[in-house]
Amino acid sequence: MNINEYNGVWVYAEQRDGELQKIGLELLGKAREIADGINEELTAVLLGNNMDDTAKELLAYGADKVIYVEDEKLTHFTTDAFTEAICSLVESEKPGMMLVGATYLGRDLGPRIAARIGTGLTADCTALATEEETGHLMMTRPAFGGNLMATIMCTEHRPQMATVRPGVFDMIAKDESRVDASKIDKRTTTFSDTVDRIKVIEVVKELKDTVDLTEAEFIVSGGRGVGSAENFKQLEELAHALGGTVSGSRATIDNGWLAHDLQVGQTGKTVRPLVYVACGISGAIQHLAGMQDSDYIIAINKDADAPIHGVADLSLVGDLNKLVPEFTAQLRAMNK
Amino acid sequence: MNIVVCVKQVPDTNEVKIDPVKGTLIRDGVPSIINPDDKNAIEEALRLKDKHGANVTVITMGPPQAEVALKEAIAMGADDAILISDRAFAGSDTLATSRTLAGAITKLDFDIVMAGRQAIDGDTAQVGPGIAESLNLPQVTYVENVEFDGKNLKIRKALEDGYEVLEVQTPCLLTAIDSLNEPRYMQMKNIFTAYDKEVIMWNASDIDVNPEHLGLKGSPTKVKKTWTKETKGSGEIVELPAKEAAAVAISKLKEKHYI
Repeated sequence: MNINEYNGVWVYAEQRDGELQKIGLELLGKAREIADGINEELTAVLLGNNMDDTAKELLAYGADKVIYVEDEKLTHFTTDAFTEAICSLVESEKPGMMLVGATYLGRDLGPRIAARIGTGLTADCTALATEEETGHLMMTRPAFGGNLMATIMCTEHRPQMATVRPGVFDMIAKDESRVDASKIDKRTTTFSDTVDRIKVIEVVKELKDTVDLTEAEFIVSGGRGVGSAENFKQLEELAHALGGTVSGSRATIDNGWLAHDLQVGQTGKTVRPLVYVACGISGAIQHLAGMQDSDYIIAINKDADAPIHGVADLSLVGDLNKLVPEFTAQLRAMNK
Repeated sequence: MNIVVCVKQVPDTNEVKIDPVKGTLIRDGVPSIINPDDKNAIEEALRLKDKHGANVTVITMGPPQAEVALKEAIAMGADDAILISDRAFAGSDTLATSRTLAGAITKLDFDIVMAGRQAIDGDTAQVGPGIAESLNLPQVTYVENVEFDGKNLKIRKALEDGYEVLEVQTPCLLTAIDSLNEPRYMQMKNIFTAYDKEVIMWNASDIDVNPEHLGLKGSPTKVKKTWTKETKGSGEIVELPAKEAAAVAISKLKEKHYI
């Protein structure tokens, strides 16, 4: 492999059943910075069907060009069809880097592409930068349940691939003036028989009445110290008074107090709200990995030595059953 | 039916602590366990065995002491166990690991290859799909339900906002998540079997893999540096009656214009 033949930054623009996912835009935001830093072109790669308008949107969010592969078989995600379509693009276009969202879809697709090409993939990166002298991608990720951070490089293989979890990077402001139809390279592709090995019988969307945690500006989060599902109501009231939502540490999910998709931490969601109120959360490193980049952290805990205080901007030491309702009551009085 | 389950022995990351002085991981005395998602994979293989009859082989790549994890899998009810261990595997990244495991699995008869979604020490979720690619198998990740009609599998795959139901031909590879099942404990009668049962030991020369693809040499990714994360340091600590404490919190949020 002559790595000098490979250049340009690619972002995989994830769509689910025709709906562009925000993660692709977040990746474009970071990739824009990387591409400018090494003076290379930023390409968004979109696979789908009847998605011409989405292709334009990707230009507005920072892509220099869009490769849009259209086919009926790309309407709904399947590992085989999407892997084939992307691998044939990589072979002909030779990108230097490719970023993929660390979503359920991206964590299925990314490793399959990397293994087919025989290149490296770094999962769940929380920071990306390029090395000054070489322009190689430096990919930083947590390991050991967030206990350890590692910077990983892939210097002899291309493309350098990374997945990034939703909520880690910021998208840039939409700029319609960037949209230029000539920058959209619309293509078709061919598939082998293997793309029919898996048949999609049914796709079920479960309506969830909770907001997307990664979008929330105020989060009130509970841990083991909350004590019961019943006690979580106090947290919900506080969240409501703040105009936010609730989440929990792994313990609260394991105890069945909260739904799975409300877990914050290494094995749950990564959140960066304006304000994160941690109630009865001791602050296991796995939890901290998912919330320590919040703008302002308030810890409410009766244990003055709990590790959560180490990341908090403000620690209220005391009984959450007294502090939380009082906090709520004062907010309500203020909002009246 | 033949089912191969890939497992990994991992340090229990819940028990990993940081040395506050040196800022390094303290791994001494941390118990080694079968990776939790892999246990769900073993359980599902055993359920298919209970229902349809199957030979279940567990396989791991690791140091000699990983034999303990395989013995535990036998005590749960697995029939055979293979440990692939060689100095040549040292430094393997996820691509090299998946090629190594695939090189061993390809020597076996299999209808279904199972693995856990991801291991708690790395959290990459890359080895399952990597093995599937090396063996040219269809893959389903994030599996939360498995139905088998004797020929095809009907798999329920979890998504962020729901699920999908897929029909998959065998042979195929599935990765398990914790909502798939509740892993059984070791069975008393199987514990005795586990003592007697020989774990099959393979090294690099026993498996079907290009030597260039092994270990550090076969790993496109390299760890440049590692460090333990610094916490940003404590902020203000308030220990006051609830009324006053809440007032402090509100004044801070106002001061910073959050509310």
